Amino acid sequence: MTTLLIRGAALLGDHVEDLRIRDGIIAARGALSPETDERVIDARGLIGLPGLVDLHTHLREPGGEASETVLTGTRAAAAGGFTTVHAMANTSPVADTAGIVEQVQRLGERHGYATVRPIGAVTLGLAGQQLAEIGAMARSTARVRVFSDDGHCVHDPLLMRRALEYVSTFDGVIAQHAQEPRLTEGAQMNEGVLSGELGLGGWPAVAEEAIIARDVLLAEHVGARLHVCHLSTAGSVDVVRWAKARGISVTAEVTPHHLLLTEELARGYDARFKVNPPLRRDDDVHALRAALADGTIDIIATDHAPHPTEAKECTWAEAAFGMVGLESALSVVQQAVVDTGMLTWGDIARVLSSAPAEIGRVAGYAHPLEIGSPANITLVDPSHAREWSTADLRGRSVNSPYLGRALPGRVVYTVYQGVVTVDDGALVEPEAVVAAHEEAARG
Amino acid sequence: MKHLLSTRDLDRATAIGILDVAEDMAKTADREVRKLPALRGKTVVNLFFEDSTRTRLSFESAAKRLSADVITFSAKGSSVSKGESLKDTAQTLAAMGADAIVVRHHNSGAAHQLAHAGWVDAAIINAGDGTHEHPTQALLDAYTIRDRRFVDSARGRDLSGLRVTIVGDILHSRVARSNVWLLTTLGAEVHLVAPRTLLPHGVEHWPVAVHEHLDDALAAGPDAIMMLRIQSERMREAYFPSTHEFAREWGLTAERLALLGPDTMVMHPGPMNRGLEISSAAADSDRSTVLAQVTNGVSIRMAVLYLLVAGTSGIAESAGGAR
Repeated sequence: MTTLLIRGAALLGDHVEDLRIRDGIIAARGALSPETDERVIDARGLIGLPGLVDLHTHLREPGGEASETVLTGTRAAAAGGFTTVHAMANTSPVADTAGIVEQVQRLGERHGYATVRPIGAVTLGLAGQQLAEIGAMARSTARVRVFSDDGHCVHDPLLMRRALEYVSTFDGVIAQHAQEPRLTEGAQMNEGVLSGELGLGGWPAVAEEAIIARDVLLAEHVGARLHVCHLSTAGSVDVVRWAKARGISVTAEVTPHHLLLTEELARGYDARFKVNPPLRRDDDVHALRAALADGTIDIIATDHAPHPTEAKECTWAEAAFGMVGLESALSVVQQAVVDTGMLTWGDIARVLSSAPAEIGRVAGYAHPLEIGSPANITLVDPSHAREWSTADLRGRSVNSPYLGRALPGRVVYTVYQGVVTVDDGALVEPEAVVAAHEEAARG
Repeated sequence: MKHLLSTRDLDRATAIGILDVAEDMAKTADREVRKLPALRGKTVVNLFFEDSTRTRLSFESAAKRLSADVITFSAKGSSVSKGESLKDTAQTLAAMGADAIVVRHHNSGAAHQLAHAGWVDAAIINAGDGTHEHPTQALLDAYTIRDRRFVDSARGRDLSGLRVTIVGDILHSRVARSNVWLLTTLGAEVHLVAPRTLLPHGVEHWPVAVHEHLDDALAAGPDAIMMLRIQSERMREAYFPSTHEFAREWGLTAERLALLGPDTMVMHPGPMNRGLEISSAAADSDRSTVLAQVTNGVSIRMAVLYLLVAGTSGIAESAGGAR
């Protein structure tokens, strides 16, 4: 029986305690002494967090293997301290059948870097015309609970109403990409003074806010659960705050990049900064941070969106929307809301682990770092500082908006189901991860 | 300055310097031998991803009068229509030894990317990018206004005290944007006129006066009125209900022409939609500067090519600009 002892980490950034991991479970907690043959990780000076849970990840497999695969994406996830990712449905073919979601889930299990929870499409082929086989995906071995047409808005109000009602039959949630399509035709960046000056098509805040307003009212009317993806404007915050005060069952997410970056970055027409929803104004960034701190926004999700180089080395209008974000998420969040004193590490454990797990109905994250919980653990060195570079990216794509930017913090260890996947800052190789899981299974 | 990407980047002294060099270039047109040897041995590439016969011919003519070798590359029917990227096309042309690349592209920021992405070394001249900027058009417009108003005493002057009114589809117009920045830098008072649907979001933060009705703007007594080409497909995109209504509300009709002061210039970057934004009476009147703009366009483009390509110095140094 091999066990692992993590010594001296400040758990949830708070009190220093040791953790013993046995059989993939946190077996003991407190002041612990090493046992014979036990591996000991010296975690003094590190923050102990539960393994992070991303509710919004594009793994691109099947169909987009040139930019990411389940293996490369979950390696990037592990490097960023994530132990569960939710794989968005906009693959090719679309994840709108039980067969596809089961395949994606199995690939995650085979590689062993993180739990991969497939997200099912709301509508067949993401076409917004008819419902996908939601029941079949929910009852499949993948047990899908989150449904989203992300990349597209479920804009037909009747279809959205039906979808909300139907997924609630299976304890599911609709994760809505809130974007009124007619108001965003040709949209390239946030609509404002800068878009007018740069001659880039505007993506007005109202196109997001109007859909969120409609959807929270629909969710109230039918008594269903709604999740708002990548909320990006101060106005959206107001709408969600109002809905929550009214008792509507709505949750909201914000991305790390919307907590740190602004539309000013579009000035150089560098398409690495092109993302959907677009980077907004400084006022929006501050409203989003405040909303995360006061609980109006429930979670942070990466919207990790890998793209091949050629999809970004072109004119802004031709470039793909999206940026990679798994590896950098925790550092960006530290800079935006921890180092600014708005959130504690305990809050981070909530918004990046237990709360997204609750929304996605992922088991094992409700009692972070408690005895009896699965050993999904991330150890962070918050004092580390570095200039972000492609060497820090572990997925297949390099479309990061942070390249050349100074970011704090570093994930030093990631433990997934008791298996170390990031060891002293280095990703463990795939064969070793698989072997460690097999050994653990033999007991 | 190595490139000409935007008039927003030009300071007053640099802009006046370009206009003055253009004046010198214009004088050479009266000589028996029009050709200057300034760019002998240099290669200027015209890279046109978007059709524009008049701008392309103007740049070709300017480069040839300066004795440059000229290569023109039009996207239609070329490798670009087969999916080649801006980067690959530009690098291919640079590998052929381009000293300057004149680029016209349907997407905003294309010239900026060529200049700053590190793909090519050549001087980049923006000949119109999407709905962003068209700096040589603004320069030739400023030149035309200055020349027409001050004639022999134009050299060295800016446009202080002049009121220029730009009318029409401001939202989609790179000509309007370049003119707003350049004309205000040169001290002119710029007025914009358009229905609210065709004004950019945030225009209230621009250094201009905005009118929604053309008659209000005319009452302010412009020294020059610049009519922009309106594309009739905007009607289908619900920017305005009909071309008839647009012509009636925002067109320079014969009736409105009669209201203009005796010295007010009527300008148009071309090509004109007669009967839509401009009546034939206005286009053909002796106030019209339309053909002078075409002629001046060659002089301006000669000046820009000369300042960017001849020798090693850029625009600011040669023209005595401050930056």
